[in-house]
Formats: sequence, C-alpha cells, structure tokens
Amino acid sequence: MSDIQNLTIVDIIEGYKKKTFSVSEIVDSYLERIEKLNPKLNAFITVDSENAKRKALEFDNREITNPLHGVPFGIKDMFLTKGVRTTAASNVLRDYIPAYNATVIDRLETAGAISLGKLNHDAWAHGSSGENSDFGNTLNPWNTEFVPGGSSSGSSASVAASLIPFATGTDTGGSIRLPASFTNTVGLKPTYGLVSRYGVISMASSLDSIGHFSKTVVDSARILNITAGADGYDATLRQAQGEQEDYTVKIGNDIKGLKIGVPKEYVDKGLSSDVKAVFESSLKSLQKLGAEIVDISLPHTDEGIAVYYIVQPSEVSSNLARYDGIRFGNDRSFFGKEAKRRIMLGTFTLSSGYYDAYYKKAMQVRTLIKQDFDEAYKKVDVIVSPVSPTPPWKFGEKMNDPLAMYLSDALTVTINLAGVPGLAVPAGFSPNKLPIGIQFVGPHFSESLLFQVGHAFEQETKFYKDLPKI
Amino acid sequence: MNNTNTQYETVVGMEIHVELSTTTKMFCRCPVPTLTDKPNTRTCPVCLGLPGALPFPNTKAIDSCIQIGLALNCTVNKDSFFERKNYFYPDLAKGFQTSQFLHPFGEKGYLDIKLNGATKRIGITRVHMEEDTGKLSHATVDGKEVSLIDFNRSGVPLVEIVTEPDIRSGEEAKIFLTELQKIIRYLGVSDAAMEKGHMRLEPNISLRPVGQKTLAKYKVEVKNINSFVYVDKAIQFEEKRHKELLDKGKVPVQETRGWNEFKSKTVSQRSKEEAHDYRYFPEPDIPPISVTSEQLSVIRKSIPELPEAKAKRFVTEFGLSEYNAEILTREANLAKYFEEAVAVAKEHNIDGKTVANWIINKKPNIEELLPASLVKIIVEQSTVERFDETKLEETIKQILEKNPTQVADYKAGKIQLLGFFIGQTKQALPNAKDTEQIRNLISKMLE
Repeated sequence: MSDIQNLTIVDIIEGYKKKTFSVSEIVDSYLERIEKLNPKLNAFITVDSENAKRKALEFDNREITNPLHGVPFGIKDMFLTKGVRTTAASNVLRDYIPAYNATVIDRLETAGAISLGKLNHDAWAHGSSGENSDFGNTLNPWNTEFVPGGSSSGSSASVAASLIPFATGTDTGGSIRLPASFTNTVGLKPTYGLVSRYGVISMASSLDSIGHFSKTVVDSARILNITAGADGYDATLRQAQGEQEDYTVKIGNDIKGLKIGVPKEYVDKGLSSDVKAVFESSLKSLQKLGAEIVDISLPHTDEGIAVYYIVQPSEVSSNLARYDGIRFGNDRSFFGKEAKRRIMLGTFTLSSGYYDAYYKKAMQVRTLIKQDFDEAYKKVDVIVSPVSPTPPWKFGEKMNDPLAMYLSDALTVTINLAGVPGLAVPAGFSPNKLPIGIQFVGPHFSESLLFQVGHAFEQETKFYKDLPKI
Repeated sequence: MNNTNTQYETVVGMEIHVELSTTTKMFCRCPVPTLTDKPNTRTCPVCLGLPGALPFPNTKAIDSCIQIGLALNCTVNKDSFFERKNYFYPDLAKGFQTSQFLHPFGEKGYLDIKLNGATKRIGITRVHMEEDTGKLSHATVDGKEVSLIDFNRSGVPLVEIVTEPDIRSGEEAKIFLTELQKIIRYLGVSDAAMEKGHMRLEPNISLRPVGQKTLAKYKVEVKNINSFVYVDKAIQFEEKRHKELLDKGKVPVQETRGWNEFKSKTVSQRSKEEAHDYRYFPEPDIPPISVTSEQLSVIRKSIPELPEAKAKRFVTEFGLSEYNAEILTREANLAKYFEEAVAVAKEHNIDGKTVANWIINKKPNIEELLPASLVKIIVEQSTVERFDETKLEETIKQILEKNPTQVADYKAGKIQLLGFFIGQTKQALPNAKDTEQIRNLISKMLE
C-alpha cells in the first residue's frame, strides 16, 4: 500500500477506478495510521473500526457510482450518529448513544463515505483551542506543544496528520476556519442556511454553520455538493430553487480582474508580525494571479466580539437546557467550567430588565454588521483577511484568561454574525514552522466563487503539499 | 378597617388553551395522538427534545391560529415570529416552550356575547400559537413512588386566547366560553371537546369596589379547568372568598389555585409573589413568519359564516324567532342541515319556519335522515292533514252532536272536556295524528 499522506478525495476515487487499491486497503491503511498516531494526537474520541471495515468490504464489490464511494472520513462528535456514541466532548453525554443520524451524516454515507469514528473538540464546541474537551487535549501535528485550534480540534489535527482525508466540523464563531488555519488544512464555513443543522448538537442556533475540513479546495467543493440543500427538518435552510448547484463549476477559472477587498479593521492593528508577513505575501500572490486588491472598511468590526459574546451565550443557555439528566445523559453538575460560564452569561443577558440593554441591543448591532458586508460587496467581489491574529499558541497560555481566548476569534465571529460564507486556506508558516491560514469571505451563497478564488490561490502557493512530520 | 358594606365588582380575564386538530404536531411530523395511544408511541427526536433536533413549523396550524384571530376580530400581525419561553419542568422536553410573546398572530380583537337580551363586548387581548407539553403522572411501580412522563402530547399545536378583564361573573364567563367554543367548532380547527382536554380554561379573578376603574392590586389565577360549569363555580367560590377577606380588611394573596371538582372549591397551588422570568427571546431555529396580504385574504375567505351572523340571517331570511335561530346555529352541521332542508322544502311550498319547527320539536337524527327525506316526511304529513280537513270537520260535528251534555258543560267552563272530544275524534279517525290540528278545529267549532 502506497503512502496515504498525500491522498485527497479526488486521488482516492481515482485510485479505486484504476484499481490501484481497494476500499478495504484504504480503510485499513487509515485505521492503522489512526492506531499509530491517535495515542499521540488524541484526535479521536471514538474509533469505529469494526463498522468501517465491514462497510469497506461491501464497497470492494460495488460499482463506483457514488461521488464519495468508499472515502473514509471523521465526524466531529457534535454530529449525531445512530448507534455510535456521541459525546459533544462533554461528560454530560459521555455514554450517549443517539437514535438517529444528522442529515449531513446520512447524506455523506448515502454518497458512499465511510466513517472511521468520532473526533475530539472543545466540549459543546465552546473554545478556540480544543482545551475545553472533557476527553483531553488534541495536539497539533505540526508541533505537539501547540494547540491545533478549536473548537474542531480533532477534525483539523486528524486531516492535517492524514488520519482521514476529510472531516466534518461546526463553525459558530470560527470553529472550522481557525483550526484549519492552525493546521495547514482547508476549512469551509458555508453560508448560514445552506447546510442542514438537523442532528448536529446546537451550540448557538442563529450562528451554527455546518462545514468541513479537507486537504484541498476541490475536495471541499465536492463535499459541499453532498451536504448542501434543504432537508425538511431545518427550517432556516434556503428552500431549493431548481437544480442543486454544482460547487465545482468555477474551479479552474482564473481570477483576473476580480476585486478582492482587504478590510482595514482586520489588518491595521492587532496582527502578530508572523501573521502580517504571511498575509502580505498572500496579497502579492493574489495580485500575481491578476486580482485587484482594494482597501475597504467594515466599520462595526470592533463590536463583533461584544455582540457575539451576548448573542452566542444567550442561545447557548437556552440550547443546553434540555441536558437535565432526566431522560438521557448525566445531570447538569457534569457541565465543565466554560459551559457553566456561558449558561450564566446567557441567562443574565436574557433576563427581564437586562434583555433590552444586552440581547436586543446586540441584535441591533448585528444588523449593522450585516449591512457592513452588504455595503462592502457593492465594491468588491470577495473579502480576504487572516483567520487568526496570531499563529497557534502553546497549551495553557490562554486557559486562565477567557477574554484573551475570546479575542482570538476577533477576525472570524463577524462572518458568523453576518451569516456569510468563509473559506480558510493554507497561506504559509511562521519561522518556527507553525501554519498560518487566510480566509476568503463572500456574499451569501457565493461558495462557488470562494472555491474558484481559493483554488487559484492554492495552486499558485501549493502550501497544501507541506505535510507535518509526525 | 372592617367594612362589610362595601359593594364589590368581580373582574375576570380568561386564558384559554385550545388544542388544534391538525393531522401532525406543531414542529414535527408525528401524528397528533388520541387518548387511546400508548404512552410515548407518538414521538420523535423533535418532540422528545433530543440533542440536535430542530423544529419545523406546521403551516396548517399557523393558518388555523390566524383563522381564530380573524374570527375574534383581531388585528393580524403581518410580521410575526416564534419565541422561546425558558423554564424548567420535567414535562417540557427542550427546557423551553416554543411560543409567542411580542407579536402574537392575532391581537386587539373582541367577541360580542348576548347577556340578558343585550350585547356585551369582551375584549380579546391576544391569540397566539404555541406547543403543548408532555403529561406527568404519579404512580407506584414495584412499590416505589415514581413520576412518569408521557410525551405523546408534547408538541401538539396549541392556540392560547387571552381576554381583557371584561368579564363580570361566572355566568358571563360561561356564556363567553360557550360562544367561543361554538366559533372554534364552526372553524373546524379543533373539536373543542372538553372531556378530551381540547379546551383548558384559566380564569384570573379579582374583586374591586364598585365604581373603581383601576384593577385590583392582586389577582388569583385558577388553573386548568376543563368545564364551563366549573369555571362558573370557581369564579363564584373565589368571589365569596375574596369578599370575606376584603371585608376583614385583608387583600387576597396573589397566587395560582386549582379547582377541586369533588370538594367544589379552589385550593392554593403556588403563590406568585415573584413573577417568573421566562427569558423570552426570538426562536433562532425558525425564521420570522410574514403573512402576506394574499395569504391573509385566502385565510379570510376560508372562514365560514360564524354562528352569530348565521343566526341573524336565519331571523331575517326565514323569519325564525331569535330563540329558534340560536338553537339551529349552535352546531354548524345542524345549521347546514336546516338550510339544505329549507332549499328542498321551498320546491314544495313549505317555508323555513315550518322546517325549523320540525327540526326543533321532532329532533330528527340528522346523521341518518337526509334533509330531502325529512322534507318528504313533512310534505306527506302535511298532505295527509290537508286531505283530512273536511272529513275531520264532519267527524267532529257528529261527535259533538252525539254528546250534547259534554258540549254544554264545556261551554259552561269545563274546558278540560276538550281532551274527551279529541280522544273521541282520534278513536273515530285513527289516521288523524296531528293533535294540534284536531284541538284547534274542535275549539273553533265549540266557540
């Protein structure tokens, strides 16, 4: 069996077609790699090798008709999987076995994908580093002293370390884009309303976006082709109009003359020198590709974190109410510190007498943030910015300073508040070889355009070919 | 300060919960359960509040709620949304109830009721859409006292109707509720069967000195009553209880009470000195709902003629008495039966009044007897009577001639002898069945 480290979804399907390898060989290779490396990285909470091997055998004898025929993948443990333990990385659900599948899981499996197991993350998706998991930290394959980013820590680390070719994730304030940028992987946060949230444990309902991690932009588009679209269970989804869009169609088109906006509020202050250097060279690459870089302003960026930390905990406090231990799971004393903090914050901001000053005001500012983006897209086609103001930090650095942890999301949360899509792509490394990513942010439902730009940038820079030595 | 001479006025506002009779539940596709369904068999991840489950609103239920609002003369909010009402209770699967707070589908309406021959307007504060909870029961299982939860009812569409504090007595409440029930049944949105818990009633009661315009500083809520009679009784019981306290210079405690039908009294459940903080906020899982003018006009057109308007029309169109018109419009299907019969009867030169009298006096089984068949019977009976008229007169004449003594006695004032003559006539003519006709004829001939 050849080295699986470089394999993309496209490569795997190609290999099956050419009979270079069988589905069982691929699945076994990944499982072996998980067995070898997961004890070091702690990316998986549950490895489901038995089911995976059984399914692989079935696929070995099947004609290749499905778009993800026999492609292994990993699932953030926020997604419900029928019959397979789903923990939300919290002791509250330590032994919870769901009775149904999330829509996205159903769709991926129907398309032929084979789950190898459930991935670690910050409990209830609360965090930017993965350190809030009740199942231990996930380590960054590029340097195990550093965080892999959160909350989708297991998803980013396992794709970066080639334990799986792709993984699902959730992005409420940056939980896909930030870990992608910390691990040299591609992370998509789709438009709010494009991918069903049904069967994914809710964090903050008006912000949660269901996306994924992959090694390349093409893979990302292929996955979205499967996951996007109304399902009759998530009422916030855009209702289908005509044929389902093919998100790969613009991939390969050049980006000559495309106007790419750089919001001054994102880059003028607060960026570490390493991030700044990577971002400036990224802009040069984009210019080389023929794009026009335009300075723009998103005036309400500074309010983003404040608004986010009112809206999000408010919804969290209500969404976590059902975990009372009466019918399933453990009781509320099993919640960790961060969940308790958010439940208290949210309960306070929704209380009568405070609602107008906090929640209502925050929603009004949220509207202004949305309008910022609407205005910007009158001038430019796409916005580009760093994902995180800093490269990955060391474990423990921000754990005693929740506010510092919250501020690491300063460049990602406004995108969730506006509901627009964001695509994080590898953009380079710090001098000590820690990954740094950038994000392309487009108007609502402009994923095809993001893939076009992301792919052009990726093929120009080829950082995705760099692999961690582990 | 004791003052037993103060005259008080009762002030009541009602909260009414109506379970809609939609095919499926409010936010999932589970069938609305019947009372015979085994516990927890009509459930799914959504109505069980399992992790990851999301609500998907039932548009039919929303239309029904708007229909109720329109029937109660409410303004319909064109931009509305659901909100979460957060509180903990074991029968509440999600830890919040999806309800409406700021912008109910209907508000600021009214319902006119008939009170001692006059019309009284009861203000409707709001009509909003929400979902029902599960049902708790307490039992002993294997010698252990346990609480059981049945989630069949969880997520059944519920419309809450709130009135202004315009009701002044238990009797008035009963009349209002009867009228409301009639309307809901006319709309066909709920069976409104009290014994099945389709309508749950909560009067808010207080007393204030006659002449005082402001509301009393307290109110007592009596929860979950399932009959109009009990609402009447509970209000009367509270009136007396409050008066006794007020006369002693005390203020009744603001609290929630329950109606004990066996003891015919209300009992304290929990005091409500501190208001609950439900932390309402817009339900982020359901997009705001805008009702377009087109949708609204479709819903408006779908509302049938309501009982009050129908009764009025029966009076003017068919010359019925108000009393008869009211009886015939109590149930939509009876009114429909009447009108169908009238249409057929017209072809036989029989008027609406006659048909109304027949239906009210003879109470035909309208499920079995077709309106046309009823008219056929009326025609036959009427024909027989007309045919017999001459013969009847002849026979009576003979009977009167045969019984001169009785005739004399009758004329002297012994009018109960009328019965004797009727009996004689019937004996002579077994086919003459219409007593009224015979009686009238004899009376006339004896004048």
